[in-house]
Amino acid sequence: MKSGWRSGRLLESILKVVSLLAVIIPLLILTFFLITVFLDGESRLVPQFLTSYPSYKPEDAGILPALVGSIYLIILTSVIAVPIGVGSAIYLEEYGNGGWLDNLIEINISNLAGVPSILYGLLGLELFVRALSMGRSLLAGAFTMALLVLPIVITASREALRAVPSSLREASYALGASRWETIWQVVLPMSASGILTGVILSVCRAMGETAPLIFLGALTYLAFLPDSPMSPFTALPIQIFNWISRPQAGFAENAAAGIVVLMVVLLLLNGIAIYFRNKMQKRI
Amino acid sequence: MESRFILETKCKRGYKYIEIASEGISGNFNLFKAGKVEEQRLSSRKTKFRTEGLSAWFGSHQALNNISMKILKNEVNAIIGPSGCGKSTFIRCLNRMHEVVPGARVYGHVYLDEKDLYEDGIDPVLLRRRVGMVFQKPNPFPSMNIRENVLSGLKLTHRLKKDEADEIVESALQQAALWDEVKERLNKPGTSLSGGQQQRLCIARSLAVNPEVLLMDEPCSALDPVATVRIEDLLHKLKEQYTIVIVTHSMSQAARVSDQTAFLLMGELIEVEQTNNLFTHPRDKRTEDYITGKFG
Ligand SMILES: Nc1ncnc2c1ncn2[C@@H]1O[C@H](COP(=O)(O)OP(=O)(O)OP(=O)(O)O)[C@@H](O)[C@H]1O
Ligand SMILES: [Mg+2]
Repeated sequence: MKSGWRSGRLLESILKVVSLLAVIIPLLILTFFLITVFLDGESRLVPQFLTSYPSYKPEDAGILPALVGSIYLIILTSVIAVPIGVGSAIYLEEYGNGGWLDNLIEINISNLAGVPSILYGLLGLELFVRALSMGRSLLAGAFTMALLVLPIVITASREALRAVPSSLREASYALGASRWETIWQVVLPMSASGILTGVILSVCRAMGETAPLIFLGALTYLAFLPDSPMSPFTALPIQIFNWISRPQAGFAENAAAGIVVLMVVLLLLNGIAIYFRNKMQKRI
Repeated sequence: MESRFILETKCKRGYKYIEIASEGISGNFNLFKAGKVEEQRLSSRKTKFRTEGLSAWFGSHQALNNISMKILKNEVNAIIGPSGCGKSTFIRCLNRMHEVVPGARVYGHVYLDEKDLYEDGIDPVLLRRRVGMVFQKPNPFPSMNIRENVLSGLKLTHRLKKDEADEIVESALQQAALWDEVKERLNKPGTSLSGGQQQRLCIARSLAVNPEVLLMDEPCSALDPVATVRIEDLLHKLKEQYTIVIVTHSMSQAARVSDQTAFLLMGELIEVEQTNNLFTHPRDKRTEDYITGKFG
């Protein structure tokens, strides 16, 4: 009896240490990585870096078109992926009856989540760039990215919808609300913060993806900013990838500085997401 | 056990007479008058709901079997019976909430003011605005404040002007005996109230839509005795305007608040009677066993 209690305690302390290590080790690796990257790119982290176009001289080259391209890309991606993703989540959770069609859709979604991103690039190239003749445009890129992040948006939204207790849905029906009114007035406001988290996560994913964009033919040298969804474009990871593959040491510094910019944008996005989520949760 | 109930209901009756009698100058005359009033009330009873051969299923499990009974207008109608006997299912058939559950089916008829609710062309959404429902667990909408909770059912149907809305909020909360406690903090979330207050908020929310009937599924089971008494007092007032159907686990509550009581057992209606009669002279042996606590 007594020794059983003791071994329980021992097991608990071991678990505690192991889980603490599991938190600390990745954090250390990440910090180490960030510091090296920052030190490598420090010399190029000047305002001109953000406001210049690429150049064959590393010290003149800047990241402006890539930064703007990335921002346009994620905005367009969200505009496409969020309504479709949240819509399918609502259909599956609130309207679906578990029939064969629902099962088919569900299997497809989990399969899509496991498909390597490079295949999305191929699909985007065939479908959007060629078949739908969008060309190597921002729009084609956004559609491809939207396909890529849809499974994340759908899964996160479904979880958020499922977390709304059914007693609240019943309360709404009993007040004479139709199904749609119930979703709109009761279910969505309560799941908004969860849905938003999923959306931001997927936007961050889209921000960092490189492979599909390489296939789609995002340019690496762009002397102008995209001015319409049909413009050619480039994006941060593409620019970084390009710089890294150049032999000159100066470009390696540029790549490091580019990574720092990308990280800062991602952290900012996450910060915004957390801010809105807390604000929304406070209301609930 | 049996005699306790007889005593209790008899006491209740006697108390009513004494109360009325003491109000007047001549006690005897008033006693006579009160008797007359009671008689008149009995003869003028109207039917609000009538079920005819009502059966209900969850998938292949039959929860209600061939129930035919009347729900009386402007009275408190209690439904009692052991857990799982189909009380909730029965009242959920009255506002067509039963069919919200996947795989649930209903067979038979429910007439509301002599109109069959299960006929083609009856919109359950519109019906539920006439037949409100209060649930066992208080369930105010967490994303809305107190005021929005009260207005939540109305917002669906039409846009309200601000002063119009204020008026509805106040009168609904007054009717639910909650106004004085919350009038200073209408902008606080509905979930910031105590359990009993939340339940009264849910009652106010149902009343705001101005229904004809209020279905209550064990509305006091999550509440303490004080909050319970407040809700029971409320029922006495509400029945002047609304028809009330209340499911309860507590036989003393049924005896205290209701005019008519129905006893269900394993999906069947065993007995429906004047509350006084049911508790003093149960006709069926099973009712007697249940109200005297021999099983259940
Ligand atoms: N969602 C459901 N799916 C399947 N069966 C159900 C469902 N809800 C209730 N039942 C079954 O239907 C029968 C009647 O249930 P109901 O909820 O009406 O009982 P009740 O009298 O309200 O019980 P309680 O007093 O415990 O609330 C029970 O046998 C129950 O197991
Ligand atoms: Mg029940």
